[in-house]
Amino acid sequence: MRDVIMPDVLRPERIDQIFVILKHWLLGHAPTVVQPIFSALLSVAPVLVVFPLLFAITTVLERKGLGRIQNRYGPNRVGPYGFFQPIADGVKSLTKEDIVPRTADQAVHFLAPLLLVSAAFLVYAVLPVGRNMVVANLNAGVLFFFAVGSLVELAVFMAGWSSRSKYSLLGAMRAIAQMISYEVPLVLASIVVIMAAGSLSTVAIVDMQASYTGIFPHWFVFTPWGFAGFVLFMIAATAEANRSPFDLPEGESEIIAGYYTEYSGFKFALFFLGEYLGMFATSGMAITLFLGGWAAPFSFLTWIPSYFWFFAKLLVLIAGFIWIRGTLPRLRMDQLMNFAWKFMLPMALLNIFAAGVWHFMPAGPVRWLVCTVLIVAPCILLGRGLEHGKKLAARTYRFAE
Amino acid sequence: MTVSFLILAALTIAGTSAAMGLRNLVHCILSLTLGFAGLAALYLQLDAQFVGFTQILVYVGAVAILVVFAIMMTRSAGPMAQPVFSSSWVKGSVVAGAVFAVLAWAIGSSAATLKMLPPQPEVAVRDIGDALMHRFVLPLEIMGLLLTAALIGAVLIAMQEKREMQ
Repeated sequence: MRDVIMPDVLRPERIDQIFVILKHWLLGHAPTVVQPIFSALLSVAPVLVVFPLLFAITTVLERKGLGRIQNRYGPNRVGPYGFFQPIADGVKSLTKEDIVPRTADQAVHFLAPLLLVSAAFLVYAVLPVGRNMVVANLNAGVLFFFAVGSLVELAVFMAGWSSRSKYSLLGAMRAIAQMISYEVPLVLASIVVIMAAGSLSTVAIVDMQASYTGIFPHWFVFTPWGFAGFVLFMIAATAEANRSPFDLPEGESEIIAGYYTEYSGFKFALFFLGEYLGMFATSGMAITLFLGGWAAPFSFLTWIPSYFWFFAKLLVLIAGFIWIRGTLPRLRMDQLMNFAWKFMLPMALLNIFAAGVWHFMPAGPVRWLVCTVLIVAPCILLGRGLEHGKKLAARTYRFAE
Repeated sequence: MTVSFLILAALTIAGTSAAMGLRNLVHCILSLTLGFAGLAALYLQLDAQFVGFTQILVYVGAVAILVVFAIMMTRSAGPMAQPVFSSSWVKGSVVAGAVFAVLAWAIGSSAATLKMLPPQPEVAVRDIGDALMHRFVLPLEIMGLLLTAALIGAVLIAMQEKREMQ
């Protein structure tokens, strides 16, 4: 009956696949010789458009949100409610003078932002943003993601070293130390999903989670090890993105802006872009691994297009990032390292163990209980261990009182 | 010999030879990284996804960063005072050429290249994991042990210094 009322084009499946259909329609018009390269171009172009646009929207949302948290207005002059602020920012960074320090290593100084942004864009190749909507369904997709993501560290070093400034070098050293330390728990936290799915392909991992029991989905986050893995992954992702409370590499009050102190104009904007793209990409990976990718949260909502769900989840995670940035103070360097090596790493390893136990136990409440205990107990003990030997009391101000 | 192979080979050779020839140590490492990346691309061209991505992850992501860190911590990364090429470069290049000739001869005359190999079945990452966990589990464990020993050794060296300081 619905078929009679609705025209063929407006059926949910058609709307869900509209971009795929559009791509095939466009491809049909191209001559056969250029079809492979045209197909690649059609897959890459949306990524190059959508995610920088999301970056622009996020900057204004972030400034608005932080303003709200800090009891002020945030940008409100350009356009309605200040929503055209990114355009003004873009024009400003394009028209600013590109200052390169005289002692800087010109070539490396020039290449660093390019490498950063290219690496940040490359990782989107394996993120499935919708059903049948992935640039490259690689057999080792998750591995590709982490491998290319590690190029960012090299770009950060290049930026910090080539500037010949002590702030830049300090920032780069901090950033690299932090990124290496948190990359370990980041990768280990995602291993549980690879174990459960039995595949490194992002598409296969999402397909595993796209089924339902009753109305509830089979997302990996709804298991003890999946939840722990998700939390660990998001903490490590925050550190990888150099965002508050892990923003030591660019602590404004200590080392100006860290490794990109000596960059101005559009190169600075590129660093900014690269950082946010990295944040979106790791959030997208968290969605793919733990939150069911493009799958709808309830079985009766599957008529809403898959790409809508991916971006809705992405925006929720971004809101979480903004909220945390407005809430938590910056960590100290020793706290950062202690947290990475004495809490995150053992927790991630124990989580892998719990996922193994989950796999070999028969389904039922006993499995839930055992795995929850296996995760919660070490979490409490490790937390106690971090607290050990520290005076954690309200600070008293000798001179103020 | 496809065009992409030639480009990648040229990139790899250019990167690695620049790593030997440049004066600035950091430039050397960056060009070496280019060489690593070219090698990874060559693996990918051979449809060895796992090896290619691991090459990037380990060599570009970890080894290069480690070298960079070591340089930043131990010495100023300025250009070297002495010339890059040592005075005995003629002898060196003769030895290198001889080694290359022997290797090229050995590879060229080996049985693997003589007959046309049947198209290999596509090796998924899962197969590599299975092989590592079943057939090659002992070598894997021994590698792990070796790395752990190296790690403990590094920690011991660092601890020794601290005790002397106090």
